Formats: sequence, structure tokens, C-alpha cells
Amino acid sequence: MLSFILKRLAVAIPTLLVLIVLSFVLMHAAPGGPFTRERAIPPEVLANLNARYGLDEPLWKQIGTYLWNIVAHFDFGPSFVYPSRTVNDVIAQGFPITLTYGAISFLVAVIVGCSLGVAAAIKQNSWLDYLAVGVSIGAQVLPNFVMAPILVLVFTLWLGWLPGGGWNDGQWEYLVMPVVALSTSFMASIARITRSSMLEVLAQNHIRTARAKGLPTRRILLRHALKPAMLPVISYLGPAFVTMITGSVVIDLFFSTGGIGLFFVNAALSRDYSVMMGITILIGGLTILFNLVVDILYAWIDPRIRY
Amino acid sequence: MPLLEIDDLSVSFDTPDGTVSAVRGVSMALEAGKTLAIVGESGSGKSQTAFAALGLLAKNGRATGSVRFEGEEILNAPLKALNKIRAEKIAMVFQDPMTSLNPYMRVSDQMSEVLMHHKGMGKKEAVAEAVRMLDAVHIPSARERIRLYPHEFSGGMRQRVMIAMALLCRPRLLIADEPTTALDVTVQAQIMSLFSELQSEFGMALLLITHDLGVVAGSCEDVVVMYGGRIMEKAPVDPLFADPVHPYTLGLLRAIPRVDKGSEELLTIPGAPPNMTNPPPGCPFRPRCAWGGDDCDAVVPPLDSVGPNRSRACIRPVETIREGIPADYEEALP
Repeated sequence: MLSFILKRLAVAIPTLLVLIVLSFVLMHAAPGGPFTRERAIPPEVLANLNARYGLDEPLWKQIGTYLWNIVAHFDFGPSFVYPSRTVNDVIAQGFPITLTYGAISFLVAVIVGCSLGVAAAIKQNSWLDYLAVGVSIGAQVLPNFVMAPILVLVFTLWLGWLPGGGWNDGQWEYLVMPVVALSTSFMASIARITRSSMLEVLAQNHIRTARAKGLPTRRILLRHALKPAMLPVISYLGPAFVTMITGSVVIDLFFSTGGIGLFFVNAALSRDYSVMMGITILIGGLTILFNLVVDILYAWIDPRIRY
Repeated sequence: MPLLEIDDLSVSFDTPDGTVSAVRGVSMALEAGKTLAIVGESGSGKSQTAFAALGLLAKNGRATGSVRFEGEEILNAPLKALNKIRAEKIAMVFQDPMTSLNPYMRVSDQMSEVLMHHKGMGKKEAVAEAVRMLDAVHIPSARERIRLYPHEFSGGMRQRVMIAMALLCRPRLLIADEPTTALDVTVQAQIMSLFSELQSEFGMALLLITHDLGVVAGSCEDVVVMYGGRIMEKAPVDPLFADPVHPYTLGLLRAIPRVDKGSEELLTIPGAPPNMTNPPPGCPFRPRCAWGGDDCDAVVPPLDSVGPNRSRACIRPVETIREGIPADYEEALP
């Protein structure tokens, strides 16, 4: 197992390298640049700026310098748009926020989604099942950019219970709506996957054996059915976790939470090359990491899987 | 009083295509310590008969009639009562030991939980007892191998684990549902001789469900032949093989390949088992029977006694069947 983990981490390095080079090239291939403005900047000034940020160098050299700075100094460069800040600053400021509400949303989605799915599977075709399926379909078709303004409308403007935005060091009042808006659709997917997977497991032969052994239903569900039923859920959760802690543009936008989601989109719009690259690498690294975690969990649950 | 008494048992399943009547009015009895075989092809209702008795039908299944164990009604009994009987008094061995054992749990955990739950043993004591039972079914170095997962055993060894697990509480009745079907022929023989060894050791009755008449021949006292959810013939094993008096039994016996008879052709029963959503009105075997006629569709043939402990469900005279299946009858079938 240890050698498997080391091997996977070793493979991660070339994977990241390919990711960096590809995004770098694609980014530069897109029209415009960080200094493109509606009113054209005088050519001398532009040349000066380009020279300062190394944009006058050939692309391969730019990539080389970029990589060298990362490897040697863990320096992802200065922001092109906010000259006083480095990419490291931007990520250090935004990522903890994103990670906080992302991780909480993840936990909420997993706990509520799994419970709902298991309950629906056990009571298949009962009112509970129909309710759970109905709620998860409803929640899944309700995108978070619709959900967020509705939440603000109801809980801030009408009821006045919760602040309509801001972060305030992650006080719980400020967390509630971002977490609800972000976790709902994931919770719905998790509930759906858990339900169908649980139903599949419950129809398997070894569950019949457990019943023939005269074990109480609770024990059959918890000891015999839950673990295998979690396998498809886990393979969904790996990528979902990354999406939750990175793809939260909408949350940052509606609730002004200040996470990296908004930085990422703004960077793309303003061609802030270095910030885009930094966040891309962060997402790529997390994706690789969580895929590895999923594989490890698989082997832990299913003893037939050995790497 | 028989140990197990099944009386007019019917099992049906509600499916999107209609109601499937898997078992239709089946009765049989098994004495303590004896062996009874239920024989039939896939879909004959033999396994569902056993599942219904232990309340193990699929969710859409319904059972009516009566199943008495030690004189007590257990058909459709509440789960709590059934869980007192399962494993403790009636244990079950299933067809495919790879999927019937939990692939995600160590054998030690799967076995010990039975004793911990039913006998209130501690983990250590339960595992020690489980090791003793694995020894009894001749699994070498059981003490070490009990720590393994099911996939780390061979097919035959897995079935031994399954059997050992079923015997943990010393049940009075063991139901074996096609216990050798998924195994090699040589392993089949070992498992069958293990059954008879364990039976004399633990004094339990065995209800053997199989489609393999070869397995039946050497291992039991009485045979029930099922087809289309009904009993075709009931007989002690030797008379059944020597002198089958039901067309279906005759066809089954004829289909066993024999080296000594020098026949080169593999004989089959022509046709396919009936669709149980819409079974034939009278005798279910009529569409494939050499002697079938319109009168066979008119009534469901009753199980009539044709000798000591023997009965069969057929309206043709016994003598006609004894003359043997007419040659070329297949062309005459509808």
C-alpha cells in the first residue's frame, strides 16, 4: 500500500507538469493580455510593462522561469492586476475561507445525503422514500445561483434572521447561507447515489445470508450493507469535494465571502496570468490528491482490491 | 411429529409483468435426522419453497399455506420469532459461496457474529468455537485461515466455510440450496460426503435442494420432484430411480448421460419450462409430455398414492409410463 501511494505521488509530478504547460500555453493563446484596456496604452508603456513581467520573452522561456520559481522558491509570481500582491498572498487570503465553508458544506452534504439515501432505501416505496427522492430531485434541479438569491431574499430581506453576506472570520451566522446554497445539490446527488447503491447491495446474496443467520435488521444494515453501499458514493465524493472547495464562484459572488472562487473568475476575465495559473495548479493538485484518497478508501473497504 | 411440515404452500411474486406463481400448493414433511431432496430444474419453485419457509423471500414475494417446524407455525411469522429460529434451529447453505459470503468481512467476523448474537458469547470464545467448526469441515490450518477474506479461499473451501457457518449453533435442520452447483465435480463429491458425515455427527435433518439427480442418488432417503411450482412425484430414492412413474421423472432420468449404456446422443426433455406468469391450466408438464392430451389441460392432476410412501401427479395409468417414452414423440408435440 505504501509503495502504491509513493508511486501515485510520483506520477502526480509529471501530471502537474503537463497541466501547467498546457494551461500556460492555452492562456497565452487566448486573445488579449493583462494590460489590454479599452483605451489603448501607449506602446512604449506597454513594452515597459511587458518587459517588467517578462512577457516579452519567448513562451518556452516564460514557462521555464515560471517553473523554476515554483520549484526553487515556491514563488508563483506577482499578480498582474494588483501589482502589490503576489499569487501566494491571494491564495493565502482566499483559500482558508473557501476551505472552511467548502469543508463544512461537504460534511453537511455527506451526512444529510447519506442518511436520506439509506433511509429511502430501507423504506423503499414508502412515503419517506418518495419524500427523499422528491427532495433530492428538487434540490438537484435548483442551481446554487438561483438558491443563493432566494435564501438572501427570505432570510435576510424578509425575515431578517441572517446577514446577507460577508465573512466576519467565519462566524456561524455568516456561514449558514453559503453552506446551504453550496451543499444542497451535492447532498441531493449523494442521497440519490446512496439510495440506489444501498438498494443494489440489499438485493445481494450475502445480505440474504446475513438474514438467514438470524441477525437483527439494524446489524445487517450497519455491518453488512453500509460499507459496500458506500463504494459508489466515495468515488463521487472525491471529485465532488474538489468541486465544492474550488467551484464556489457563485457563493463568493452572492455572499461576498471572499474565497478564491471569485479571484479565479476575475483573474480569468482580466487575464491575470499568474493568479489563474496559481489557482489552476491548486485545483489540479487537490484533484490528484483526492483521487488518491478515493483509491485508498476503496482498498480499505473492499479487501479484494490490492494495488 | 415430523420436524418440518410444509402444507399447501404457495409462493407468488408481484412483478411489473403480472403475478408470478412460483410455488403452487406444495406439501411435504421431513423427519428429524433424515434427508429429503427437492429436485427440479431452474424455475421449478424448489428454492422458493425453502426461502418461504425461513421468511427469506424477496420483498415482492408472498407466501400462503402452512410451514410448521417442531409443530409450530413459522410461515410469515414475525421477524423476531423467525430470527430465533434462523441459524439456531434451521440454518441454510446457499448456492454460490463467493457471493453468499460477505466479501467485505473476514471469515472470523462473519462466523463469530452468529455465536455472539445467538449464544451471547464473547468475541474470543466465538472465534475459538468457529475455528473448531472449520476443523470439523476439514479446512486445514483453520486457526490461521479464519483471519482471511472469502476471496482468499478456493471454491470448495468457501463452501466448507459456508457450511461451517451454518452449523455453528448446531441447528436441527440444515437447508442446502444447490450447495454443489457452483463447484467442480470432484469437489461436489467431497461436499456431499461432508454433509452425510456432519449429519451423523450432529444428528440434524437435511433438506437438499438440487437439480442434479446424481447428487440425490447417493445422499438421501426421500425425493420430491418439482416442476412448474407443483410436485410431480414423491418417492423414496431407490424406487424413484428404479421405477419412475411420472413422465417428468422419467424424462429427467433418461437425460442423465450413461457411459455404460453406450448411447452417444445426449437425451433432453424437449421444450422449455412454463412461463409462470401464465402457467398451463392443468398439468404444468403437459406441453412437453409424451403422453400429454387435452384431458391433461382440463384438471390439475392430484397427488395420488401409487405405493408405500409414493405418490405422483399424473392422470395416465402407471403401466403406460412404465412402457417407456415412445420414440419420435418430439415431432408430435404442439
